[in-house]
Amino acid sequence: MLIDALLLQLGYNATLVAIGATLLGVSAGVTGTFLFLRKRALVSDAISHATLPGVCLAFILMASFGGDGRNLIGLLLGSALSASAGLWCLNWLTRNTRLAEDAAIGSVLSVFFGFGIVLLTVIQTMGVGRQAGLEGFLLGSTAGMLWADAMVIAVGGAVTLLLILLIRRPMTLVAFDPEYAAARGLPVSKIDMAVMGLVMAVTVVGLKIVGLILIVALLIIPAVTARFWTERSDHVVLLAGLFGGLSAYVGAAMSASAPNLPTGPIIVLMSFALFLISLLFAPNRGVLAAILRHFKFQRRVHLRQGLLALAQGQPIYENLTLRLLRKGGLVRADGVATDKGKASAAKALRDEHRWAVVRSDQTHEAAAALYDGLRKIESVLTCDQIAEIDRLIGGPQEVPA
Amino acid sequence: MLDLACSDGQVKQGQALENSPLAIRGLTVSYGQKPAVFSVDMTVEAGKMTAIIGPNGAGKSTMLKAALGIVPPVSGQVQVFGKTLDAQRARIAYVPQRASVDWDFPTRVIDVVLMGLYRELGLLGRLRAKHRAKAIECLDRVGMGDFATRQIGQLSGGQQQRVFLARALAQGADLYLLDEPFAGVDAATEKAIISVLKSLREAGKTVVVVHHDLATVAEYFDNVFLINTRKVAEGTVAEAFTADTLQAAYGGRLATAQVDKLALAMG
Amino acid sequence: MSGEEFVPLSLTPLLIGIFAAVACALPGNFLLLRKQALIGDAISHVVLPGIVVAFLLTGAITAGPMMLGAAGAAVVAVVLIEAIRRLGRIEPGAAMGVVFTTMFAGGVLLLEQTDTSAVHLDVEHALYGNLESLIWLDAVGWSSLLDAQALAHLPVELPRMALTLLAVTLFIALFWRVLKISTFDEGFARTLGIRTNLLGLALVITAAVAAVAAFDAVGSIIVIAMFICPPAAARMMSNQLEGQVAWSVGFAVLSALLGYILAGYGPLWLGAQDAVSAAGMIATVSGVILAIAARFGPCRNRSGAPVGV
Repeated sequence: MLIDALLLQLGYNATLVAIGATLLGVSAGVTGTFLFLRKRALVSDAISHATLPGVCLAFILMASFGGDGRNLIGLLLGSALSASAGLWCLNWLTRNTRLAEDAAIGSVLSVFFGFGIVLLTVIQTMGVGRQAGLEGFLLGSTAGMLWADAMVIAVGGAVTLLLILLIRRPMTLVAFDPEYAAARGLPVSKIDMAVMGLVMAVTVVGLKIVGLILIVALLIIPAVTARFWTERSDHVVLLAGLFGGLSAYVGAAMSASAPNLPTGPIIVLMSFALFLISLLFAPNRGVLAAILRHFKFQRRVHLRQGLLALAQGQPIYENLTLRLLRKGGLVRADGVATDKGKASAAKALRDEHRWAVVRSDQTHEAAAALYDGLRKIESVLTCDQIAEIDRLIGGPQEVPA
Repeated sequence: MLDLACSDGQVKQGQALENSPLAIRGLTVSYGQKPAVFSVDMTVEAGKMTAIIGPNGAGKSTMLKAALGIVPPVSGQVQVFGKTLDAQRARIAYVPQRASVDWDFPTRVIDVVLMGLYRELGLLGRLRAKHRAKAIECLDRVGMGDFATRQIGQLSGGQQQRVFLARALAQGADLYLLDEPFAGVDAATEKAIISVLKSLREAGKTVVVVHHDLATVAEYFDNVFLINTRKVAEGTVAEAFTADTLQAAYGGRLATAQVDKLALAMG
Repeated sequence: MSGEEFVPLSLTPLLIGIFAAVACALPGNFLLLRKQALIGDAISHVVLPGIVVAFLLTGAITAGPMMLGAAGAAVVAVVLIEAIRRLGRIEPGAAMGVVFTTMFAGGVLLLEQTDTSAVHLDVEHALYGNLESLIWLDAVGWSSLLDAQALAHLPVELPRMALTLLAVTLFIALFWRVLKISTFDEGFARTLGIRTNLLGLALVITAAVAAVAAFDAVGSIIVIAMFICPPAAARMMSNQLEGQVAWSVGFAVLSALLGYILAGYGPLWLGAQDAVSAAGMIATVSGVILAIAARFGPCRNRSGAPVGV
């Protein structure tokens, strides 16, 4: 069943939904990256919650003018309008009052959502009752979706992705270096607005699939996940799109393959699984790599400090230092240096003297900038340069062993 | 902590540790994988004013913060008046960088100074007239007595710095640690701060200042501590603040001409 | 309105609403100043998985385990956010977004997989609660307030919410001084020997307790709104922390009061038949208060540029 779903063999609607979801996932991943890099990830939370009153108002309007309140295009238009209103409030609050952005996000989110709930209860009493199905917009529901609705989603996802492709260059510039972008004459605030517009588009298209509470996840999680794998900006964007698309596709297929597997939550959990793998195992920024690196670093610091203390005849206070020295065969169990320890200590102290020369000499400025107390001097200077420095310090016999 | 069986020289060093208001041994601090401070020893002399100087990013502030337990060190030990930091907190007053707090915080000048009385007041101790009087007195000492009821957001940079100093005075400590108190303040504030610090020294207190202006070191301070990730030099201004040590600390970043000028100014 | 009608039907929901609003607004002040306003948002989202897990473990809808589950989920969320932020070096907003959406998604999925048709447990209820249903059927009028037998049948949410409010108030009062110092200047607070990390965690747990208790009675939407809107509006009214907290309590009470009345009677005044969601209306009113304060509050601007030197 799942294989059928993954191969898009589950009927026309399910296939359309899967394609739409995938396009949406890619768009959300890419758009979310720009938000994330601007450190405004949770603005999307305010935008998505702010869609609710618009959906309800659109329903009330369409129903009271005798139309079908459930017309998806109408509802999505309404949601876009109220999301813009929410965004405007958010910007107004941060610009014109002392509130920080997080507080502005929280107030817009809760007030718009609260008002939306008031309107939902109004709709419930309008006689149309629960049949309105607007609760579906909270958590998304793709079960029993109309063909036309599936089409709207697929087309919406495609259009959003197309828009992103069109303005990806200026967006990338602004996201990574707004000052440089401004200096190059790019209209930074307009591009920021365009990004917000795309966030809104993604939110609106995603309402029916994942719902307004969870659409935030599609915008945030893939971008965060991608960041673990690369330091290059353009790669983050690509990877985020890939992760977003993958989670959405697999999620939509899985949810179509069995009952009681709501699309939105499955997609979110899929992308979280990718996130978790990245958090733990990514080669450079991953937790495992960081832990290993930290222990290695701590050992190097202690070993180095221990050697210098040995060379200068100072007492060593810390147990970890002593243990590491012992383990390296540099001191005996009673704390006295072995021959190997004496030699290493002398070398460490000599390198310190060499570094002192390097750092006080302007001709070695580039090398001196690399000094951090741990770096081997051989890694920044040639043998000839080191020999030259040794001549300045004097012969090795002068270094106390 | 100190191995009593070790040689004479080490015992002597131990005594210096005992007496010093602030003694740091083997302190290494790192943000990420590059040490900001590496294996630094420092022994502050009691009753003197000591400047910690070094180029930008040399770990001056980081060293101070690690010594106070604000950032965790990778390794190293700190003693305050011969005991652990926690045992001696009441004897330390710290003046953070002005920019480290949000001055839009809803509070008045006098409330900030009253924070300095926390160790006296405790969690629930009642705030009495004498505490307020003490706060006002400390504000007077930095020339801010008239500003007691101002909202802190209305202060200029120099005034903010003086309020921070007044808060430290209220702590009634024996050791004062100031992080860049002269950064971006007006000349009047600089004068006011230095005269307060000098009066603290007259009263036998110890003052340590992270400082960035080489031109005023000789005028303001008794001792200097030069750092550039590692300790470069430590001692009286005459001993440790020389063209050689500056060259060693600042390397190519300080033009030779500037060093010569400073050396000249110092005689 | 007469006591015979007011006391059984409106008094208890009104009081519960007010207590919940104040219990959330109090810690909200500090969260706001610490730039952690959205912690409330995160907590209120993860309450759902907490109660679903509690339901799966106990098989019944009872207040005790459900509140434990919700509080547990809140703590798990806070720890996860902190872990992801530190381990992955990710900005707090994004870390929060990852955690609360995932946990909420997990909650929804569990709920869908479980047969909860026999019990009243659904997403809508979790979001906007059912304040209107917390009526006091045994009351006949104001005299019931002195009637031990009637009092014994108060909705349990009322004493529970009152206790929570008491606990939150006690926490804030007891730690007022250290909270103020460490919120203003964390580095300085540490040099005084204040355990700022522990204090920060305690504040978040207090907020979580308030959120969970309030959620049980009124749903999560009020919780988010009350954490942020009254303190944010109060920020525009006072330049003193004491004043800000006082204003925020006032605004919280006003939101609950006006919101409840408008939800219950507003539609009748407009000629409609049925009441609308009280929880939603309370959030809306708090937003209107914030809008007014943001437009006209005496302290709405960031403290101005320094005058002179």
